[in-house]
Amino acid sequence: MDIKSISTTGHCKKQCPVVLYTEIEKIFFKKLGKNMTKKQLSDSINNNILTYNKLTNWKKYVFISVIILFFLFLYILSFGTQAFFQQLVNGIQLGSIYALIALGYTMIYGIIRLINFAHGDLFMFGAYISCFLGNYLIAHNFSYPFIVVLIFSMVVTALLGMIIEKIAYKPLRFKPRLAALITALGVSLFLENFLALSPQNVPFPLNKIVFGPKFIPFPALIAEKTYNISGITINNIKILDVVVTIILMIALQYIVKKTMIGKAMRAVAFNKDACLMMGINIDKIISITFGIGISLAAASGTLYALTYGQLQSPYLGIWPGLKAFIAAVLGGIGSIPGAMLGSYVMGISETFATSINSNFGYGIAFVILIVVLIFKPAGLLGKFTKEKV
Amino acid sequence: MVLLELKDMCCYFGGLKAVEKFNTKIEKGELVGLIGPNGAGKTTVFNVITGIYPPTSGEIFFQGENIGELPSHKITQKGIVRTFQNIRIFPALTVLENIIIAYHFRTHYSIFSGILRDDNYHQEEEEMSKRAMELLRLFNLHTYYMNPAGSLPYGEQRKLEIARALATEPNIVLLDEPAAGMNPYETIKLMELIKHIKEKYDLTIFLIEHHMQFVMGICERIMVMDFGIQIAEGTPQEIQKNPKVIGAYLGVEKKDVKNS
Amino acid sequence: MKIIKKIFNLIKEYYKFILITALIYLLFEIFNGSIPIAPRLLTRYYMQILMFALINIIMTVSLNLINGFTGQFSIGHAGFMCIGAYTSAYFTTILFNAAKMAYFPQLALFIFSLIIGGLMAAFAGYLIGLPTLKLKGDYLAIVTLAFGEVIRSIVRSSDEIAAFLNQIGLVRFSETIAKISGPRGLSTIPNLSKFWLVYLITILSVIIMRNFIYSTHGRACLSIRENDVAAETMGIDTTRYKIIAFSLSAFFAGVGGGLFAHVLRFIHPDNFSFIKSIDYLIYLYAGGMGSITGSILAATGLTILPEFLRIINFQQWRMVIYPLLLIILMLRKPSGIFGNREFSFLIPKRKEVN
Repeated sequence: MDIKSISTTGHCKKQCPVVLYTEIEKIFFKKLGKNMTKKQLSDSINNNILTYNKLTNWKKYVFISVIILFFLFLYILSFGTQAFFQQLVNGIQLGSIYALIALGYTMIYGIIRLINFAHGDLFMFGAYISCFLGNYLIAHNFSYPFIVVLIFSMVVTALLGMIIEKIAYKPLRFKPRLAALITALGVSLFLENFLALSPQNVPFPLNKIVFGPKFIPFPALIAEKTYNISGITINNIKILDVVVTIILMIALQYIVKKTMIGKAMRAVAFNKDACLMMGINIDKIISITFGIGISLAAASGTLYALTYGQLQSPYLGIWPGLKAFIAAVLGGIGSIPGAMLGSYVMGISETFATSINSNFGYGIAFVILIVVLIFKPAGLLGKFTKEKV
Repeated sequence: MVLLELKDMCCYFGGLKAVEKFNTKIEKGELVGLIGPNGAGKTTVFNVITGIYPPTSGEIFFQGENIGELPSHKITQKGIVRTFQNIRIFPALTVLENIIIAYHFRTHYSIFSGILRDDNYHQEEEEMSKRAMELLRLFNLHTYYMNPAGSLPYGEQRKLEIARALATEPNIVLLDEPAAGMNPYETIKLMELIKHIKEKYDLTIFLIEHHMQFVMGICERIMVMDFGIQIAEGTPQEIQKNPKVIGAYLGVEKKDVKNS
Repeated sequence: MKIIKKIFNLIKEYYKFILITALIYLLFEIFNGSIPIAPRLLTRYYMQILMFALINIIMTVSLNLINGFTGQFSIGHAGFMCIGAYTSAYFTTILFNAAKMAYFPQLALFIFSLIIGGLMAAFAGYLIGLPTLKLKGDYLAIVTLAFGEVIRSIVRSSDEIAAFLNQIGLVRFSETIAKISGPRGLSTIPNLSKFWLVYLITILSVIIMRNFIYSTHGRACLSIRENDVAAETMGIDTTRYKIIAFSLSAFFAGVGGGLFAHVLRFIHPDNFSFIKSIDYLIYLYAGGMGSITGSILAATGLTILPEFLRIINFQQWRMVIYPLLLIILMLRKPSGIFGNREFSFLIPKRKEVN
């Protein structure tokens, strides 16, 4: 039985604790419900939901697709097919950068219902770590510096993220959600401003770590090559962005769907209390989720820095972080496929809009978000759990 | 005079048929009970009557008027009020304020009056305070009036919820498991209280309860639900002997053992 | 006549409060050097900081209306401020040249522009309120954030909007819109925010919002926060009150924005980004959701605190210590410094009933 189908009926938690328990049990042991009546109930829910959903959704999808195709057609008319494909390519690349960040946001939200405002800054941290290591490796003539840098930044940033979780978020786990949010904001501000301190104001040994608010050029870990395919310029680094993103997304899907840890993560995201009753170590699972989510952000940071060739300032994580967050919400926060979908929608629409007018590009993301949420209050692929009265 | 009538009322959540073809007529002045095993759909019936969920099909009439499509607050303003299975008082507000809020839709002073603090404001506020205190005295909660409602013991919170419902000056009160979590002494006190307020305020009462003594002790008429369907209706004595009811609660012999 | 009687009653009821606030004002003016009794400790720079603190009080208390008292989650407050700031500046700088006007007409125009700014912001609040009412918690937060950014984006596109208006024939209007000069910022705004005016408006705003809270309409908002399903079943139209809370809150944010524009005298859309919204969220949370006192004290304290750190010459370090303090505060006392308690004079006395 699909987890989604329990949520959308509102038939969950207190009304049918046995169904819930059975479902979690099924995730782990692939057993069927013990009681015949309950199974009949579950089956009937499932069947009816599927048919109900299938019926109404296809009409909506057709309608929306038509509208989107219409706009794309208008664009092609005004700017030409070449521009269209160029922007499409750029959009996919931008979407990939957002996707890795959005995945982290959505995983963390899914598991502890926290909007981790510090996520964008960990993205930035990943970029800075890769910068330092990259410079070092190039100075020592290391071969294949990119892979080493990528993995190293992912691991180190993940560790930092897990430490932050232990210190700042864990104590607030059962306190009002807003306290954790403000703390996340504090962490974000702290990271940004600490790294922005000028080295001359900072005592040793910390002054080796801070960067000051100036920009730092990023080492060219990979020789840049530009290709031109029928008028569309593509950069090998941008291709690398997309490829690495896809590889990481596949790896993530594998972890989440096929491994025990992934199952535990999904179960904790679904219902923490029930998992406690099943003897799952919530703290460990949450830490691991953080680790994975943040390592993805760090990967994105490294790719971002490599693509744009420089690190503007320690504040560079704010806007990509915000946009990726909006993308995650757009796709349905808490849903991994949603984050992926939302990011590409964001990336592509932003590129197209910016090519028309830079101010449009700025606001389009938010306009799309508002419109989507009005029609689909839980995001494109999100699940809306109704409150039991 | 028929106060509340439900005709073939159904409530489905996607594929789950929570309530299927519920029919009833409740006359003015009756004290009716609704019982059934857990998950039977009793609270859902209340939720649909009070507008929290829209009925998937069927009609609901209150004093002859079709209220099926109205939002919850309008339904309450018409005279139907309910209490909740899991207590839903306003915990950070004082006990007195909890009651006074129920008078909100009957107060007339505008937002501007509230801001300028004119005579209207003072007059209505004073009157609300007085009536609220009277009500609290009736429920023996007046000593707590300045305490935050969340700090009250469980039994008192339940009483507060019922008092708050009464403050809306309803025609019919829907009580959802009013005796839940009470010991036998408290239960008896509650039974007396309910009978007393029914007479004093000329109310009609429709209640859900699991506590059999409570139900059999007060209700004039009882309806039984199981898996969303009405399976029996009658006086307490008839219900106690009805084989379908016994089957729903205790199970039927042979293979399919239903949950209780 | 009735209105005069009402005002007279108000003064009678609040005379103590009026005395205290007047005294505090006099104290400020003394140290400002307007009344030469004591040495001038407060230079113009410090008076400006004080005015920012007062404006932040208005912003934080109005944010408290939505987040603290009605229990919604709005993080786009700077958007309302932006609308108020630009509307008010539009009237005093673009439409009419207030700098060249005589004292009383100038004052009248300024107050008028503030009110219009507030009303425009309130209208925006109403627009946000409508579609977002189905959304809960975090989704509402995102939408309010997005809305704030959309407003900013619209201001940044003022050139494009002006061009469009020009094309459809509204030439005069289009010229005034072009002067908003979005991305370049709007400058030469006259210095109309005098200290006494800002002080007075802050006090009035806080009183109005406090009176709203402690009336039946405010209680309706509180009940939405406490338990909105129960509120709905007690006959309260939660939709209507959420919209009222949003609009009222937006109105005061707009007024605050107008005052802000005339203190800073130069505004740019980047002044009103979500980073600013987050500032107010921090002030609100540090002070305590649901506490007007907390909002006032936190807004004042957190506006003035960076200045103290500046004095100690910790230039860049203050932005590092500041969030650290915030984190420590949240870990130790998650309900904010004041929680939901108030100074007793803010809570109206209920006539004792026996």
